[in-house]
Amino acid sequence: MEKITKRFTGVTANLDVDFDVRPGEVHALLGENGAGKSTLMNILYGLYRPDSGTLAVEGRDVSFSSPRDAIAAGIGMVHQHFMLIPSQTVWENMILGLEGLPSLLPKREIRERILELSSRYGLLVYPDAKIWQLSIGEQQRVAILQMLYRKANILVLDEPTAVLTPQEAERLFETVRQMTSEGHGVVFISHKMDEVMALSHRVTILRKGRLIGTVETASTTKEKLAEMMIGRKMIFQIEKEALTPGRPVLECASVCALGDRGIPAVSHATFMIREREIMGIAGVAGNGQQELCETLVGLRKVESGSIRVNGEELTNSFPKTFIDKGIHYIPADRKGTGLVPNMNVSENSILKRYWNRPVSRKGFIDWKEVFSFARGLVSRYNVSTPSMETPVRNLSGGNLQKLMLGRELSDSPIAVLAVHPTWGLDVAATKFVREQLLAARGAGGAVLLVSEDLEELLSMSDRLAVMCKGEIMGILESPADTPVEAIGLMMAGTPAEEALASILQGGTRS
Amino acid sequence: MKLSVKIEPRLETPRMLGFVIPVVSLAAALLSGAVFLFFLGVSPFQAYSTIIRSSLGDAYGLSETVVKAIPLAMSAIAVMLSFTMLIWNIGAEGQIFMGAIAAAASVRYFFVDNHIAMFAIMFAAAGIAGGAWAAIAGYFRARWSVNEIITTLMLNYVAMNLLNYFVYGPWRDPASLGFPMTAPFPDAARLPSFWGTRIHAGLFLAILLPLVFWVILRFTRWGYEIRVMGENPKAAGFAGMSYIKNVVLVMFISGAIAGIAGMCELSGLQGRLQHGFSGGYGYTAIIVAWLARLHPIAILTVSFLMGVLLVGGETLQIVMRLPLSSMLVLQGLILFFVLGGEFFRKFRIRILSEGVPITQPTSSEKEGK
Repeated sequence: MEKITKRFTGVTANLDVDFDVRPGEVHALLGENGAGKSTLMNILYGLYRPDSGTLAVEGRDVSFSSPRDAIAAGIGMVHQHFMLIPSQTVWENMILGLEGLPSLLPKREIRERILELSSRYGLLVYPDAKIWQLSIGEQQRVAILQMLYRKANILVLDEPTAVLTPQEAERLFETVRQMTSEGHGVVFISHKMDEVMALSHRVTILRKGRLIGTVETASTTKEKLAEMMIGRKMIFQIEKEALTPGRPVLECASVCALGDRGIPAVSHATFMIREREIMGIAGVAGNGQQELCETLVGLRKVESGSIRVNGEELTNSFPKTFIDKGIHYIPADRKGTGLVPNMNVSENSILKRYWNRPVSRKGFIDWKEVFSFARGLVSRYNVSTPSMETPVRNLSGGNLQKLMLGRELSDSPIAVLAVHPTWGLDVAATKFVREQLLAARGAGGAVLLVSEDLEELLSMSDRLAVMCKGEIMGILESPADTPVEAIGLMMAGTPAEEALASILQGGTRS
Repeated sequence: MKLSVKIEPRLETPRMLGFVIPVVSLAAALLSGAVFLFFLGVSPFQAYSTIIRSSLGDAYGLSETVVKAIPLAMSAIAVMLSFTMLIWNIGAEGQIFMGAIAAAASVRYFFVDNHIAMFAIMFAAAGIAGGAWAAIAGYFRARWSVNEIITTLMLNYVAMNLLNYFVYGPWRDPASLGFPMTAPFPDAARLPSFWGTRIHAGLFLAILLPLVFWVILRFTRWGYEIRVMGENPKAAGFAGMSYIKNVVLVMFISGAIAGIAGMCELSGLQGRLQHGFSGGYGYTAIIVAWLARLHPIAILTVSFLMGVLLVGGETLQIVMRLPLSSMLVLQGLILFFVLGGEFFRKFRIRILSEGVPITQPTSSEKEGK
């Protein structure tokens, strides 16, 4: 790809970007949110046409008008959200959109090809399983297989590890290595420096749509990459002061709750969070973390068990009661739950306080107060927005999160439940969010942090609970000293003692 | 060289489009309406000028337009309220009927010979009846997710037949020579009319309600809640708002306003309950509310314009012998174009030329060196 330029209404997403992948290499693409990574890859995959610049595959100039052309040229892409049909089987998804198939599907040949590919690349799946029965990790394997089935020589993986356990991620890396050893080129988009360092041969850094540079991974360091990415030195270490936890704020005893489909999602969760501490919850997404948080703020019915706030029984109270008690919740689904996309910044800023003075008086909302409140929030939490009247749907992910964070934290809450608060954020925004959560802890708040990023959990948490299939497998009192492999085993469903014992016996202490 | 059309979502809507789009849409509707009228064999120009002259040309026409606009504005406010919350109350027509039935019942059974007292009784009866009628659908929707479009629509037929039952049966005026209608109301049960026209005191409500709801939606806590619940029910629950309670409440108020619109029509204009009592105001109100983009003040204007169309349409039937349905076609065209115009508010269309190389001259020059 040479001199690729793409402009959207007023925004230059890519400006004169050069990018190439060699056979047999992993080329990592690094950049903050909105740096133009996805645009560049969508051009490569034929979803967008560049305003100027050229694309060449194996020396021949090409012009893609749809992903179909890109696939025909041997380019495959695995998106963050897999393009699979849940109600169909693996083999049916494999031939999705393929042309030139006989009307009577040669099921046996297709299955054999799948089995052959999956054993060659270590992507174990059962061809007759339905997609909805598969875990996220397995679905990802299907999505990768789908591309290999189409004989893709160049594979683009868009943040593939965001949804995986450490073990699953390691297995994915094996697959990627197998592919490159056979001469496939892989483009690896990621936010996680460690993975980029471990897996890639070269790294290309984009910033604000411009190419900052392409470097050999072996000749660079995490810090250098981060600096190129955000344009200034970045402190990776999080300053966490040692604090003595106080009284329990939120206590939850043997709480059971159902998921949206009426299947048990949380079973017998028992734990407490104290003042001045961060309790982490590790686990692969979809193992009951979100449902647990929802029960803790009154958004989901507690089937059995009890929830107490500062000793007061609040099981199945109204959400408003929890808010008024000072329990704040930062949901993972920012636009879907935490904010109202079509309403503007100031209207969104009062979502959790619109019934309180001075914003509201005798049933009326004082918009002057709202504006000044919103302005304060925006400046204190570095939200970059054109105005207070901008609909929040036009804000970027990082700014949405800062706005929401400001709204939830500005009341000095007694407890904050944050679910994937740094998911999809760039380095600077991530750092900001983490600092703010630590500040809430410093101010005496109890923080519950649900995350998939183990590095984040280990550096932030005072204690760490690991969840699998709705159960808490164990609570680690000093997570930083626990072998990561043990946490991985717990995430896969092994109880804490067993996991620790088996890791210690194996003698692999990290 | 081939041209291809590309549709891109707008990040922000230019303010100017807020005026241009409705005007262009209306013009396009009138233009295609003209083609339609032409094929009916009448002169479009003559037809349109008849509509304007009969509805706005003299004091009588103007007053008739206002008479039509009164129930329209009130019921449009009713449906606007529920639409803002993304609850589809299609049942304003039935709620108008229920309000009228309740008002007629209170005249029959609780008559007080005093204008103000009688008005208060009728007002309350109509509001409660219309509100309860809508709240039934609201409760089912909130509690068991029963589709309110179906329930409110079906309840329209129930209300209509209930009214028919009364006017054909127990309430029929023996002096009506068999016509399905009640006896004329006594004077105390009539709303005053003004200026020797048929414009009645309902006018005040029709002006007051849009103003009140504009204030409510914009400046009150409850209005904020309704807007949040309409835009994102999940975020509303997250902020501690009670969706179920508010669905029922909004439906009750929506139905109550429609019911009161029915009462005004009954006691202000017709003076007796009769078969075919509302001319489909409840359905036209839906069009009005949408054309006004759910803005309470805009509803006032649009109701008036719709009144022009209704009055003009009636004249057109008489003068040019056009069928009633031709007026409905015109109405439909306007709705179609105005709602279609919404598309341009959200998206913009770009025409791209295809077939030219992707590289543009400037950058290929750079490569050449």
